[in-house]
Amino acid sequence: MNESIIKTISVAFAVCLICSLVVSTAAVSLRDQQKENKLNDRRIKILKVADIYNPNLSIAEQFGSLESKFVDFNTGIILDEYMNLDIEEYDQVLVTKNPTMATKVPTSEDIAIIKNRENIGKIYILRDELKNIDKVILPIRGYGLWGTLYGYISIEDDFNTVSGIEFYDHKETPGLGAEVDNPKWKSSWKGKKIYKNNEVALKVIKGKVETDDLQGSYKIDGLSGATITSRGVSNMVEYWFGSSGYSLLLKELNYES
Amino acid sequence: MNLKSYKEVIIKPLVDENPITLQILGICSALAVTNNLSVTLVMCVAVISVISFSNLFISLIRNYIPSSIRIIVQMTIIASLVIVVDELLKAYDYETSKKLSVFVGLIITNCIVMGRAEAFAMKEKPLLSFLDGLGNGLGYSLILIGVATIRELFGAGTLFGYEILPLVSNGGWYMGNNLLLLPPSSFIIIGLFIWFIRSIRPNQIEVDDFKLSDHSTSPNLSKRELNV
Repeated sequence: MNESIIKTISVAFAVCLICSLVVSTAAVSLRDQQKENKLNDRRIKILKVADIYNPNLSIAEQFGSLESKFVDFNTGIILDEYMNLDIEEYDQVLVTKNPTMATKVPTSEDIAIIKNRENIGKIYILRDELKNIDKVILPIRGYGLWGTLYGYISIEDDFNTVSGIEFYDHKETPGLGAEVDNPKWKSSWKGKKIYKNNEVALKVIKGKVETDDLQGSYKIDGLSGATITSRGVSNMVEYWFGSSGYSLLLKELNYES
Repeated sequence: MNLKSYKEVIIKPLVDENPITLQILGICSALAVTNNLSVTLVMCVAVISVISFSNLFISLIRNYIPSSIRIIVQMTIIASLVIVVDELLKAYDYETSKKLSVFVGLIITNCIVMGRAEAFAMKEKPLLSFLDGLGNGLGYSLILIGVATIRELFGAGTLFGYEILPLVSNGGWYMGNNLLLLPPSSFIIIGLFIWFIRSIRPNQIEVDDFKLSDHSTSPNLSKRELNV
């Protein structure tokens, strides 16, 4: 009697019910732990890009040395608070789904293909002992080959020199585009300049930067076999340091210091 | 079932009936996750637990599964186990789970899991099925660990991330073989394993499906005969 329709349906139903219970129990009971892992992973990237990460110390403690701030993209002014939002909870990528919190990027300007840009960004500031700004850490994102790359870039206190870059989420091909995570390539960003005559000049080029290139400080080696990812990273830098990105903020900071 | 057959279902899949080298199953994950030994080990544990438990659960309900929906029932159980394993990894070994990315989810489509469920667990008792899953998982792991050791050692000069052969780029003497870091190299290594196993176990060599006949036209035959 294993083959009757009623038996078939009831077995199918019972299997589905038990399996869904098991899966949802696992998902729900482990969610907090997973959320914490994700948060810590992001924080480690931020600490690494600020070049202050020490794996032996607690992440939360180290993260405490960074200041989180809101920044208004339209004015470039740093805000201590905004609409009673909790800055630790604020997710600048999530709010782009909310039309009142984000602005649609015109297609002609959307070189990084981000579609919507948040009105209020969230940045991190590292200060030295004298409470002067040492580094600012800015979130960036843009489309590569398979999906959006999400990362952070840190800028020295001249607000023009790159200190480091890290990506915390991307879908690029391992061995090719995923070489954006290659420590050697990431370290090649250190010391590069972003602006030349107030224009974004920093680019990821095709091939290697010649050692005698006078413009070498505005060029990053391309990732071999990953032309589209390299171009995506280049566009990302051009967009986020352009007029609709952080250029106003960096000018403001430069003026203040 | 006596003790001998319990032992047999674990030992046999290691070499004699290895799922990768004899049945050539589960190749895709063997290519994808073997460039780093520690990632490979986590993948092996994941696969072993999925095969063993899917075999156990399927065997437990084997007499109640209507044959018309048996594949979908097996898939549901396997998929649920894979999701649970994936969730556990995300919670307790986030770093590795990030590196394994989609390949944990792809255990669902690993032919070994489905193959053992259909070929063994649907017919045998629960404990025996569980052990059969364990054995096949271990057989799979054995090959994966072998491939990963070769790839990581000669590709990156490290094992478990610790430097064994200092690379030229880090000031050492060893020039890493970049081919070994790319997935196609596992094909070559698995091929060599199969060659090795089949030369010590010639009974694994498959019989040709058909034999090529000798060339039938001989120069002595006259033109007329050929036209017939």
